[in-house]
Amino acid sequence: MDLQLSESELAFQAEARAWLSANVPAGPLPSLDTPDGFRLHQEWEARLAADRWSVVSWPADHHGREASLVEWVVFEEEYYRAGAPLRVSQNGIFLLAPIIFEHGTPEQQARFLPTMATGERIWAQCWSEPEAGSDLASLRSTARRDDARGGWVLNGQKIWCSRAALAHWGFGLFRSDPDAQKHAGLTYFLFPLDAAGVTVRPIAQLDGEAGFAEVFFDDVFVPDADVLGAPGDGWRVAMSTAGNERGLSLRSPGRFTAAADRLLALYDERPDPRVADRVVDAWLKAEAYRLYTWGTVTSLRDGGDVGAAGSVNKVWWSELDVALHETALDLLGPEAEIESAWLDGYTFSLSGPIYAGTNEIQRNIIAERILGLPREAKGSR
Amino acid sequence: MKFELTTDQQDFAASLESLLAAADTVTVARAWAEGDHGPGLRLWQRLADQGVTALLVPEDADGMGATPVELVVAFEALGRHAVPGPWVEAAAYLATELSGEARTAIAAGAVATLAVAPHTPYALDADAADRVYLAGSDGVRTATVGEPRPSVDRTRRLFTLAAGPVHDTADRSREAFDLAVLATSAQLLGAGERVLADAVTYVKQRKQFGREIGSYQAIKHKLADVRIALDFARPLVFGAALDPTPRAVSAAKVACADAAYLASRTGLQVHGAIGYTQEFDLSIWITKIRALVTAWGTPGFHRARILETLRSA
Ligand SMILES: Cc1cc2nc3c(=O)[nH]c(=O)nc-3n(C[C@H](O)[C@H](O)[C@H](O)COP(=O)(O)OP(=O)(O)OC[C@H]3O[C@@H](n4cnc5c(N)ncnc54)[C@H](O)[C@@H]3O)c2cc1C
Repeated sequence: MDLQLSESELAFQAEARAWLSANVPAGPLPSLDTPDGFRLHQEWEARLAADRWSVVSWPADHHGREASLVEWVVFEEEYYRAGAPLRVSQNGIFLLAPIIFEHGTPEQQARFLPTMATGERIWAQCWSEPEAGSDLASLRSTARRDDARGGWVLNGQKIWCSRAALAHWGFGLFRSDPDAQKHAGLTYFLFPLDAAGVTVRPIAQLDGEAGFAEVFFDDVFVPDADVLGAPGDGWRVAMSTAGNERGLSLRSPGRFTAAADRLLALYDERPDPRVADRVVDAWLKAEAYRLYTWGTVTSLRDGGDVGAAGSVNKVWWSELDVALHETALDLLGPEAEIESAWLDGYTFSLSGPIYAGTNEIQRNIIAERILGLPREAKGSR
Repeated sequence: MKFELTTDQQDFAASLESLLAAADTVTVARAWAEGDHGPGLRLWQRLADQGVTALLVPEDADGMGATPVELVVAFEALGRHAVPGPWVEAAAYLATELSGEARTAIAAGAVATLAVAPHTPYALDADAADRVYLAGSDGVRTATVGEPRPSVDRTRRLFTLAAGPVHDTADRSREAFDLAVLATSAQLLGAGERVLADAVTYVKQRKQFGREIGSYQAIKHKLADVRIALDFARPLVFGAALDPTPRAVSAAKVACADAAYLASRTGLQVHGAIGYTQEFDLSIWITKIRALVTAWGTPGFHRARILETLRSA
């Protein structure tokens, strides 16, 4: 048992560190949910891509470096330690790309992956609906077969789609077989957000920025070429993304170890013995997540799969993030309520226990699938 | 011993409640956040007509000469309805600390605000106030308004101040500070109660997996914990109102901050994504509670103050 990186992993780490220190923008970029910030974050993605740092784990012929999972985790740690910008392309590169690699046709891979890697086309995840949040499988938006045109006609409404206010394309599930039961009869579609019949209404989040949007579909035609996986197989296809989101890829430990370091720096500036224990706890929890992740990576490398452990992971990082930022606000004292990077981080952390499957749902999964406890009764639909 | 509101106090609470319930305070707060102070200032005057800004002003200075109990009754209502404006500053602090014409003007409804370093370093809503003061170790000065600082609560605009000439006071700055702390506690209590009430209403009506989400034990227990926390914050508020010692008001502030913050975290969580939007009204209380937790002394400061008085007792 050891935590030693190999020669080649160390070399990869050194190269990443050097590149980031030479290239990460000096100051923070404007928020990626503003038009200017969005564009600047896209430019940053292009810069990463030009030197093949945007999608390190992808194949070499797709802008990647074929980085191993270990190297990917190392890269993320370096990325956040360097204070690099948030990834405006995250829905695409982390949530959609793995599915396109697994279920997409060669034609779809050739068409969608390059602009995803360069940040030229930004993707939004359109899954949730007003009445289908935690109970995603109860979604009602429909896809009607159109044989004449060789495709499908989408109708309905999606909501809470991150980045959709400014993104270019979306991916989502639609009910293609009205007679099938819940999880069956769903199909996975890709669609431009400026297609005829699509209306996007930005929604301001708690901090006032339009970080997500509502998307309405009114007879939107999608050709067969933009169906991902087999029609009717959408739930199975989609669930491979859900695992990714809760598991590693959405929030790797580097993000929190870097935040814990910043918290320590804040403590140095404003030492307050009353808050000391909680500063230490924030560091400790980030450290636990870092080490936990090496266990996950080891098991994945040996052919295991994240499964319900992704729920354990998600509760941990989301609650650690809230506690870490609350601690920072305590250190800021009477200044805590004034706008700052810490306050922005705090406000965003409050959404962590909600998105990517609420923490109540994750705890149910942990209790039922890991602990083997009986399920709570469901209602009649 | 009779630890409950008198009939007169209940009537006062009920009359404020009916005034505010009919005043569309959410619209008032949203306008205030956008810099449109008109509706908020009209509401200020209506509440001043009910005596809210005159409670702590003695009768011989054209005030009501009421007790801190009436003060917390009023501030709980202001918190429940998220009424914007420098209420704590005017009706609690300045109504106690100022003297003469300035105090009479506040009782009559002049909008006034102030900063008191170190716990209240910025003046709330100085852009909407007729009178702006800066309190320091050498008493109270009039002040000119400097740079705005945006708050997490969009209805709170904070300002740096530059000191002007010294102003007459009643020399009661310690009492004024403690009454401001007490009023903030009551405001937090009202805000926490509101968030809990709205969350309970929501979880009874929102369904997922074919059931009201309020029927899931995970949700029930979270909300029950908020009920418990608020129920034990309330007696500290009214106890402190009967005898507003530094220790008592600090205890009220700590308990109300913790309970209201728990209400806001829980309220957001049980609402899911819709709770995380600015257009949904819950956001007004969630952001206000976050701001009030540190206003007029952080919980850390107040805990330390309690400990100090306990150890020196
Ligand atoms: C910042 C943010 C970004 C998001 N981005 C996206 C995105 O890009 N794309 C997308 O499709 N969606 C996105 N979402 C939506 C997210 O996936 C949903 O909010 C989430 O699935 C919960 O659904 P809901 O909001 O409808 O809450 P609900 O499902 O209505 O839940 C409300 C409350 O009830 C609880 N609850 C529900 N069922 C149970 C149960 N069985 N047992 C116990 N408690 C239960 C929940 O835990 C929660 O506390 C985002 C949300 C946020 C906040």
